[in-house]
Amino acid sequence: MIQARVLIRPKEGILDAQGKAVEGALPALGFEGIEHVRVGRIVELQAASADRLEELCEKLLANPLIEDFEIETVSE
Amino acid sequence: MKWGVLQFPGSCDERDALNACQIAGGGVNESRLVWHEETDLSGLEGIVVPGGFSYGDYLRAGAIARFSPAMTAVAEFAAAGGPVLGICNGFQVLCESGLLPGALLTNERTRFICRQGELVVGEADSPFLAGLEAGQRISIPFKHQSGRFFAPPDLLEEIEAKNQVAFRYAPGQNPNGSLNDIAGVTNEAGNVLGLMPHPEHAVEAFGGSTDGLALFRGPAPAAGAAA
Repeated sequence: MIQARVLIRPKEGILDAQGKAVEGALPALGFEGIEHVRVGRIVELQAASADRLEELCEKLLANPLIEDFEIETVSE
Repeated sequence: MKWGVLQFPGSCDERDALNACQIAGGGVNESRLVWHEETDLSGLEGIVVPGGFSYGDYLRAGAIARFSPAMTAVAEFAAAGGPVLGICNGFQVLCESGLLPGALLTNERTRFICRQGELVVGEADSPFLAGLEAGQRISIPFKHQSGRFFAPPDLLEEIEAKNQVAFRYAPGQNPNGSLNDIAGVTNEAGNVLGLMPHPEHAVEAFGGSTDGLALFRGPAPAAGAAA
C-alpha cells in the first residue's frame, strides 16, 4: 500500500474567508506580525496504487475551479 | 406537474420544496420525494435538488452528493432537456456535478445568513423564468453560509455573454460577496437553474411573500418531454 497525503488549498487570488477569520482573531489573542493566513485541508489515505490519485483529487478531493492540490507520497 | 424532489441524507428543505410543487400545481399532489439511491425518474416532469447539508457537506458543500445514484439519473434527465431546479445546497450540488457553471464559496464574512431579501431577475432564457420578466424584483429568503458565487474571469465572462445569469442580488443586497452579484445561473440550454436563495420558502401568504411560486409554475406548460 502507498501512504499518500493530499494537500488542498484555496487558489491564489480567491478570498479565503476562513483564513481571514483566523487572521482577524489573532491580535485579540496577542499574536502580532502574522498575516496572509490561508486555511486548506489535508487528506491522508492509503492506496493500492498511485495511478488514479490525480483523478481522485480532480473529481472529489478538490474542486479545480477554486482549489489547488498537491499529492505527496509519504511511504511505500 | 409531477416533480421529483431529491432527498439526500442531510437534506432539510425537501418537504418545503414538495409543498411548493403542490401549491404551484393548484393543490394537486402528484409530486414525490426521490431518495438518493433511486435511479428511476420515469414519469417525473421536473426535478428539484433541495437545500440542506447533503452528506453533512463534508469535504465541500455538494461534493459528495454529486456521486449519488440519483444524481447520475438527474444528469441524464437534464441532458434530455428535463427541467432541473437546484436550491441552495442543490445549487452547490449542480455546480459540483458540472451541470451548472461556477462554484459556491464560504460567505465573505463567514456568517450564516438568514433573512428576507430581494433578487432581480436576469436575462437568462429558462422555463423556470417563464412567469417572470428580466429586471423584475422578487422577495425570497436568503439562507446559507456557502453562497459566494465564484467563477474564474474567462468563465464569468462566458456566463454573462451567454445570458446565463438567472438572478442577481438587488443593488446593495449582495449578502455574501458573490461575483457580479450573481444569486443564480442556468446551464447553456436554460433547462437547469440553480440559485442560493429559497423560492420554496416563499409560497404561502403567512410567510410575507409568495414570489417563489413563479419558479415552480414556470416549467409547467413545457413539461412532459423528458424521461
